[in-house]
Amino acid sequence: MVDAAVELQGLWKGFDGQVVLRGLDLELPRHATLSVMGGSGSGKTVLLRLVAGLIKPDRGRVRVLGVDATPLREEALLPLRRRMGFVFQGAALFDSLTVYENVAYPLREHTRLPEVEVADRVHRLLARVGLHDVDQKLPAELSGGMKKRVGIARALALEPELVLYDEPTAGLDPANARLITELVEGLKTEGGSETAMVVTHDLEFARAVSDLIAVLIDGRIAMVGPPDAVLHSDRRDVHAFLAGERS
Amino acid sequence: MTDVRSLIEPRARRVAAYWGGLGLLAWDVGRNAWLPRRYLPFVLAEFDGMGIRSLVVASTAAMFTGMVFALQSAVYLSRFGADLYVGPLVGLSVLRELGPVLTAILVGGKVASGITAELGSMKVTEQIDALRALGVNYVKRLIVPRILAALFVFPLLTVLADFIGLVGGMLIAVYERKIDLYLYWNTIFYWVVIRDLVTGVGKSFFFGVVVTLIGAYNGLAMTGGTEGLGRATTATVVQVSLAVIVVDFFLTKLFLLL
Repeated sequence: MVDAAVELQGLWKGFDGQVVLRGLDLELPRHATLSVMGGSGSGKTVLLRLVAGLIKPDRGRVRVLGVDATPLREEALLPLRRRMGFVFQGAALFDSLTVYENVAYPLREHTRLPEVEVADRVHRLLARVGLHDVDQKLPAELSGGMKKRVGIARALALEPELVLYDEPTAGLDPANARLITELVEGLKTEGGSETAMVVTHDLEFARAVSDLIAVLIDGRIAMVGPPDAVLHSDRRDVHAFLAGERS
Repeated sequence: MTDVRSLIEPRARRVAAYWGGLGLLAWDVGRNAWLPRRYLPFVLAEFDGMGIRSLVVASTAAMFTGMVFALQSAVYLSRFGADLYVGPLVGLSVLRELGPVLTAILVGGKVASGITAELGSMKVTEQIDALRALGVNYVKRLIVPRILAALFVFPLLTVLADFIGLVGGMLIAVYERKIDLYLYWNTIFYWVVIRDLVTGVGKSFFFGVVVTLIGAYNGLAMTGGTEGLGRATTATVVQVSLAVIVVDFFLTKLFLLL
């Protein structure tokens, strides 16, 4: 039996009578990066938020890092979330805190590390995402790409077993998108986010960072497999979606 | 019949959802009331935000309320030759009702709308979800410190407002109605008992909690982006004022029974 980091079984989720996910099944093995691709409004972010336990499914089961998260209440989910890192599409940095304080936040909250050790870790994390001399800047003073990198540094602060990326290259110019792609690739090979789930509509990004690609169509996973197999699939719906992406 | 039902049902659902949500938040606050020591600075920061920055509002309102009440009561009491009772009348009114209620409405509106705006903008920018994703209990981090601060700040501001209200009454009684200064205070100490002060201050604990809960819930439950945030903030001011007045009635009944 494969040791899965994420197992989703028969997931249904709707909002205000509109069904987004319709009995979705998906499995992410440990030490793999899975990209979930789908059009705008297809439910990619909903899927990621279900994995993080930020929202509850209407039906189905969510098992993450060996824990059945479906019946857990908010407080019971907190220890599980500390084992995950979540990179938000808009970075979701705490706007009243500096870059340093944002990255230090999870360390100060969940560890008893002395401040010297916190500072050392924060600087290493910021260096890892290619940021220097921005410690005392507020999020409002950063560019979109820099915010995303700070968001990644914050998500990696507690050395999570699983990292969830929500559209990491969305809204970035090509240079910044390439930078984030190289960063996610680097984190995968150098350790730091060996197991990752990414939702994206960026085909180039998905091809570069993924061991597996899943295509989400009509609330279900239409196909999942290695990038080459998915990208050259002759399935009509998958092919149509990918062709649409390219156009 | 169907039209009436279709008109009433969605509103009834909204009202039920609102009160249910508010009740659930109160329950969550109760379950998470115990804070770790590292959260103490957050409570102290709220003391500043809620208390120190509300001193001018609370004091000004109390001063002029005491003065107006003394003016009005002196006019009518003089018709019965009872001018000397201006002090006790001002004292009882300010200590039992005006001090706690006006403080709760004015300071509460200001504090609660600030909480709604802050939590609402955190929600819009996914900062609350970011806290949750980092494994942080957002009720403990964002709401409980405010409730704990309110439990201290509202009674303290009420005591201050009570005192300033009495001083305001004194200014009118002594300088405008020419009532003796010692008579003013002596009649207050004779007719107003400690229970009157305790009743008013006791109410302020409840007002503090209700006001903070409404502000926090409206911020967390807001929808509709920045436009929704504006609506939620306005709704908070109205709901806080109404809630204080309604809760005051039931608390008055309760304290009269005790």
